[in-house]
Amino acid sequence: MNEGFEWSTHGAHLIEATGQTLYMVSATLVIGGLLGLVLGLGLYTTRKGGLLQNRWIFAILNLVVNIFRPIPFLILLFAVAPLTVGIVGTRLGSTAMIVPMSVAATFGVSRIVEQNLVAIDPGVIEAARATGATRWRIITTLLVPEALGPLILGYTFVCIAVVDMSALAGTLDGGGLGAFALDYGYKRWNFGVVWVTVIVIIILVQLAQALGNRLSRKVMHHN
Amino acid sequence: MSSPSSATASSTSGGVRSPIIEFRDVSKVFTSRSGTTVAVDHVDLSIEEGEIFAVIGYSGAGKSTLVRLINGLERVTSGELIVDGQDVARLSESQMERKRRGIGMIFQQFNLFRSRTVAGNVAFPLKVAGWPKERRDARVAELLDFVGLLDRAHSYPDQLSGGQKQRVGIARALAAGPKVLLADESTSALDPETTQDVLRLLKKVNTELGVTVVVITHELEIVRAIADRVAILENGRVAECGTVFETFTNPRSEVGRKFVSTVIHDQPRGDDLTRIRQAHPGRIVTATIHDGSRLGAVLAGAGAAGVSFEIVYGGIGTLQARSFGSLTLELTGPDAAVDEVVRRLRDVTEVEEVA
Repeated sequence: MNEGFEWSTHGAHLIEATGQTLYMVSATLVIGGLLGLVLGLGLYTTRKGGLLQNRWIFAILNLVVNIFRPIPFLILLFAVAPLTVGIVGTRLGSTAMIVPMSVAATFGVSRIVEQNLVAIDPGVIEAARATGATRWRIITTLLVPEALGPLILGYTFVCIAVVDMSALAGTLDGGGLGAFALDYGYKRWNFGVVWVTVIVIIILVQLAQALGNRLSRKVMHHN
Repeated sequence: MSSPSSATASSTSGGVRSPIIEFRDVSKVFTSRSGTTVAVDHVDLSIEEGEIFAVIGYSGAGKSTLVRLINGLERVTSGELIVDGQDVARLSESQMERKRRGIGMIFQQFNLFRSRTVAGNVAFPLKVAGWPKERRDARVAELLDFVGLLDRAHSYPDQLSGGQKQRVGIARALAAGPKVLLADESTSALDPETTQDVLRLLKKVNTELGVTVVVITHELEIVRAIADRVAILENGRVAECGTVFETFTNPRSEVGRKFVSTVIHDQPRGDDLTRIRQAHPGRIVTATIHDGSRLGAVLAGAGAAGVSFEIVYGGIGTLQARSFGSLTLELTGPDAAVDEVVRRLRDVTEVEEVA
């Protein structure tokens, strides 16, 4: 039964699974990251005192985020299945999993973006307005650079949450390291395989965090 | 340091001046759930082209709001506000964005873009105004030279001192060649020495580039150092407005007198007055000094009339290149002779009896 991790039998599967996880996580970070950025900018700019202050739009965006964000990922995965099928054509496989993961990431990222933008000194935005810059220019060229350091750390935080999601998605026909640990490890009571998976995930997360820290330090180099 | 070209190099001295900014019965009311606040209350004010105009008031007097009405960061509730020929109260937000390109602004906390270098900060308004890259680079260099920071072009704001940050703020505000520069408490976060540097630079902006400067401050010393005219604001209203010389030498409002007494210490008050009274039993008068008052000649003749005098308090300085101040004198001698000396003093200047 538990013969441990054997490179000859498990190696190829581990590499494939790692590839699938990286694929799901990176695609989710790009799609969910961008949609979350837009939604976060929407929340920030429409709030009271914002550049595009609009009580109703803010209330709607805020409500939508509040509704979706607390839904447990597993339930969300089921709930958006029709959307997944509509976009990808199937609800199985790594590509399909990117849909629910991106939905979840979008709402998570939006709050992180909003929080970090709120921390920008309003005086800086006032100074930009005083130069005659349009609100559109300020939103597209100033807000994100001014909050970039903390935003990178926020995205790193989300990245690790997405790795977590990918493992869960994997167990539901999504492939990746979650599926590998389940199929070759847990189901066969082979804890050698489970622990190797754990180590791979730890390495991935450490690399992501190190990269995030490095990048944020680099953009906050100024002092 | 060279002088960058500006939209207006004229009208700095002499000639007929015309208002570049005119408040006509302007009010600004803030409405919130807890009620309404009148920040600017029926203000009439006119700022001439090419002058340095100061607006002074205690915190909460509405001066920050008043200056933000000029570039539309706050919008006028009622009245007309003519800025360079256009009523900004009637401009839409997108028209206002265009209008702001002709009005520079600097801030107490500098408000530089931390994510951009010094050169990037100065280039920002030029990008906004659509300058092509080569012209932009040349203009940035010209402005950094003007404020004396050419060697810091590639530094980030967090690497600069407060005074340097404000210089960058000034370069950024002047980038697109505005006719007007608004300075909102621009030296309040700086130490006294750096304050003088920044004030000299503002003066240079005014004289060399012909830019009209509107200075918002709560310190009369700043007004004294650079302004031509001053408006004193209290509770959103203009308590008085006039040349700096008039306002310092003869404040007409209660708040004006209060401000002036904080920087002009040439007249004895309170404890000083009590002490003088106790030490000097004679008749005590305060005579105002200004260019042309021949106080010395009168006092020189006092002895012959049997009156002796002692200088017990006073101060004389210059303001807008004119002498001004006052001396408090104790006159002793026969009553009639003292009366005569006081009468002669009154012939040459204003004299006040000190109780």
